Amino acid sequence: MDVAKFLQYIASGTAYTVGVTLISLPAGLILGTLLALLNVYSGRLSKWLTNLYSTVMRGIPPIVLLFILYFIVSGSINLSPFLAGSISLGIVSSAYQMEIVRGAILSVSGGQMMAARAIGMTKRQAIRNVILPQTLRLAIPPWSNEAAIVIKDSSLVYALGVPEILRRAQLISASTQQPFLAFAAAAVIYFILVFITSRLLDRLEKRLRIPANP
Amino acid sequence: MTLEFVMAKPILTIKNLTKKYGGNAVFHNIDLTVNEGDTIVIIGPSGTGKSTLLRCINLLTCADEGQIWLDDLEITAKGCDDDRVRQHIGMVFQNFLLFNHLTALDNVMLGLTKVKHMKPEEARVKALSELERVGLSDRADHYPGQLSGGQQQRVAIARALAMDPRIMLFDEPTSALDPELIGEVLEVMRKLALEGMTMLVVTHEMGFAREVADRIVFLEKGSIVEEGSPDDLFYHPKNERTREFLWKITELYGKKEENK
Repeated sequence: MDVAKFLQYIASGTAYTVGVTLISLPAGLILGTLLALLNVYSGRLSKWLTNLYSTVMRGIPPIVLLFILYFIVSGSINLSPFLAGSISLGIVSSAYQMEIVRGAILSVSGGQMMAARAIGMTKRQAIRNVILPQTLRLAIPPWSNEAAIVIKDSSLVYALGVPEILRRAQLISASTQQPFLAFAAAAVIYFILVFITSRLLDRLEKRLRIPANP
Repeated sequence: MTLEFVMAKPILTIKNLTKKYGGNAVFHNIDLTVNEGDTIVIIGPSGTGKSTLLRCINLLTCADEGQIWLDDLEITAKGCDDDRVRQHIGMVFQNFLLFNHLTALDNVMLGLTKVKHMKPEEARVKALSELERVGLSDRADHYPGQLSGGQQQRVAIARALAMDPRIMLFDEPTSALDPELIGEVLEVMRKLALEGMTMLVVTHEMGFAREVADRIVFLEKGSIVEEGSPDDLFYHPKNERTREFLWKITELYGKKEENK
């Protein structure tokens, strides 16, 4: 048995894992931010609709949603399992990211909006120049947590047949009868990815921190 | 008719203004005229609608009845461009409300570049001169979190001044400040008044009111009880309530002085 070769085979799934994450995390952020803005700054109807969206999406296991969304997405457009799975995961994540951004918007106090309007800014200008720059800074720590979740949840696309880390580990496990070795290798790779990501985001948070006296 | 009277030109005219929350009127049938260069101080107990009145003038909340004119433009009229009106009305808040993620300079510049569409270099020069005006050009690169409350409030004043407003509204500008920081903010406001800025000030600082105001308006329970020159109100109040309020406030003020 050529252990090194098997391990290399599992590790080469990392590209898929990273790829899925790099699509679904930003997609979820953009969608989540838009939903949060609608929730806070639009009318009663859009508040109700976005709350409904968030409640329903967060009340269903990601894997179940992934299957449902995958069949909707891949049924309406012809996409590879990789792309369809990534987009679906992004949609799942958007509900969680919406709550993160919404919480951050609410803690940037209504006062900032009022001050921006008072110098003649439109709501849109105020959101763009005053609210979002502060909100996104505040959102980094909870967002770092969500990033870790999405990296780990990217393993779910294995169920759609995407040859990412978990799928490869399972194939090796079945063919070598060495499940521990195969899954431990997968675990180590996931851990390293999550670890590096949260370290990078910590650094980003420190770099963007607004200077203040202690 | 004196020459002064002929020259007096109303900048802000309020007629019959009423604001309700639920069934309760916050204030009702307010009439007030602010002439060019006037400093009008509004005093009165808490919860009598002083702050709400300022917010209505700035269209941050909607009045229920009545009209407001800024110069000759009725700003309460339907179809009036609120954002445009606000550019011409400076507002200073009790809790400063500087943009926390921007330096003092950028706070003052933001309205110039985004609302007035000035070129960044021009805006920078203008913003620096406004900071100079409030004595803070040496703090241009500091963030709000690095400034004292008094300095933050002065930056907030500079931010409002930068828009070249027709009138400045002050909503209890010193109420959130430590006693030792109040002086520097009042000093800036005093200077503005001397320079001929038109100002409408809600405050409990009776020393400032007596010294700087052209007129004092006593507001209670949502209506104007009395208005007149500082001397009239402080020494010859017509209304018993005015006398009582001023006496209490002055006593409090005196006690604070003693404690120092």
